[in-house]
Amino acid sequence: MIINQISVFLENKAGKLAEFIRVLADNKIDLQALSIAESQDYGVLRIIADKPEETAELLRKQNWPCSVTPVLAVTVPDRPGSLTNILAILADNNVSLSYSYAFLSRVSGKAMVVLRVEDNESTMALLKNEGIL
Amino acid sequence: MERYYQKDIETMPREQLKKLQSERLVKQIRHVYDNIPYYREKMDEKNVKPSDIHGIEDLHKLPFLSKADLRDAYPYGLMGKPLKDCVRIQSTSGTTGRRVVAFYTQHDIDLWEDCCARAIVAVGGTDEDVCQVCYGYGLFTGGPGLNGGSHKVGCLTLPMSSGNTERQLQFMTDLKSTILCCTPSYASYLAESAIEAGIQDQLHLKAGIFGAEAWTEEMRQDIQNKLGIKAYDIYGLTELSGPGVSFECSEQRGMHINEDHFIAEIIDPVTEEVLPYGSKGELVFTSITKEAFPMIRYRTRDICVLNEEPCSCGRTHIRMSKPMGRSDDMLIIRGVNVFPSQIETVLLNQGMPANYQIIVDRVHNSDTLDVEVEMPTELMSDTVTDINKKEKELIAALRAMLGITARVHLVAPKSIARSEGKAVRVIDKRKLY
Repeated sequence: MIINQISVFLENKAGKLAEFIRVLADNKIDLQALSIAESQDYGVLRIIADKPEETAELLRKQNWPCSVTPVLAVTVPDRPGSLTNILAILADNNVSLSYSYAFLSRVSGKAMVVLRVEDNESTMALLKNEGIL
Repeated sequence: MERYYQKDIETMPREQLKKLQSERLVKQIRHVYDNIPYYREKMDEKNVKPSDIHGIEDLHKLPFLSKADLRDAYPYGLMGKPLKDCVRIQSTSGTTGRRVVAFYTQHDIDLWEDCCARAIVAVGGTDEDVCQVCYGYGLFTGGPGLNGGSHKVGCLTLPMSSGNTERQLQFMTDLKSTILCCTPSYASYLAESAIEAGIQDQLHLKAGIFGAEAWTEEMRQDIQNKLGIKAYDIYGLTELSGPGVSFECSEQRGMHINEDHFIAEIIDPVTEEVLPYGSKGELVFTSITKEAFPMIRYRTRDICVLNEEPCSCGRTHIRMSKPMGRSDDMLIIRGVNVFPSQIETVLLNQGMPANYQIIVDRVHNSDTLDVEVEMPTELMSDTVTDINKKEKELIAALRAMLGITARVHLVAPKSIARSEGKAVRVIDKRKLY
């Protein structure tokens, strides 16, 4: 499935992540997944949360620069080799991956992997075709 | 066809103009030496006598006059005429220290208004025009200067003064104003308000004369598009008279200095050495016709470039660029002159906010330049690569503008301190003295 991920700009300063997470807590926003990519002065925090558009709007109002990106999320059976399968299909079809991270889906109780690819629709079709989705 | 207010003067061959300047300078120096003790002391200190000044080629021998001198001589110390001959004062807002109070004889006001009239005719003004002046009236020179110039041209003059936007727009539409005189930021605001009110098609404006503050070429385009006019720059300072020291012609490429009244020089603000035309440096003016409050080699602190190339409009007076910054703000980093305004221009051109801070330091005997700028949410991406790419573009654009490399740091919005007045843009941590 395709889900909306929120990416947030965070300065590399002690306490910044704590400050941000508190904003989510104060607004009763449930966090399902979190991953950080870091650069010298700042980091990009990627989160999966409820009502991504509304949450992003709220964050912008509170001066947290952020953007919403649709990403592909794939359920991965919890056994050795299942992720290999998926990645092999992407590799065989020349689909490059910008980044990826895993989280536990609250709905299915199963592990999910976020795949950031150029074209969500065609990659989803490809994986469906291969019987993954 | 180009029109002029005083064609003979405005298109005077340069040789003849220089001769006129020389005659007026010699007379003015004799006058200030004989009548103003402050100038006499300064000249004696430098061992210069009026007899050493034979023409503009001797100008460099004279001492400079600074804003500090104006403070020292406040209020009457630089007067060239007795008070009974003066008819008016104008004054600055006094944001950079004590306010400047300038005196005028009727003759001074006349010449000042001529200068403003030249600016109005240069933008196409005639006695058929309706000229709406929304510069402040009173002590500020903007309103009185353009008001007087507009009268001289014979325009129907609307002495609106500043503010009350609704009334401005009503007069503008009802009385069919064709020329607008105000600050560029107020012109922008009026344009936005006219669009919001949906009355753009009821405007009759054709030209605007906008000055008294710094504005960019982008702002000019924006005002021109929104109001459907040509927007012209005008320059001046209270110390010299007010607006109309220089003004733009139809070319819109630099402002013609009224050289029959003001001699312009460009100097290196640090060494005070006179630089050739085309060099960037501090603008220095000598007023050669002013009676009540003559300025000899007055350091304006404005950084700009003089251009003596002939102009297609036919005016022979040299042109000055828009001021690019203030010499007070100038930083010397790794031997290169850097102005905060240059950095601001790059940031704005690159779609960044004007919330930034410049940090200069010295590490291992080498200067460092760091620019912190607040991250705009529009720039946010889900990958660090995209944001790094923008940082690299900023660094490249800064290097192209400044000639040296700056490090760029994106910081959180609202993390750069705001102050009530002017923001602290520069933090110089070098301990050089």
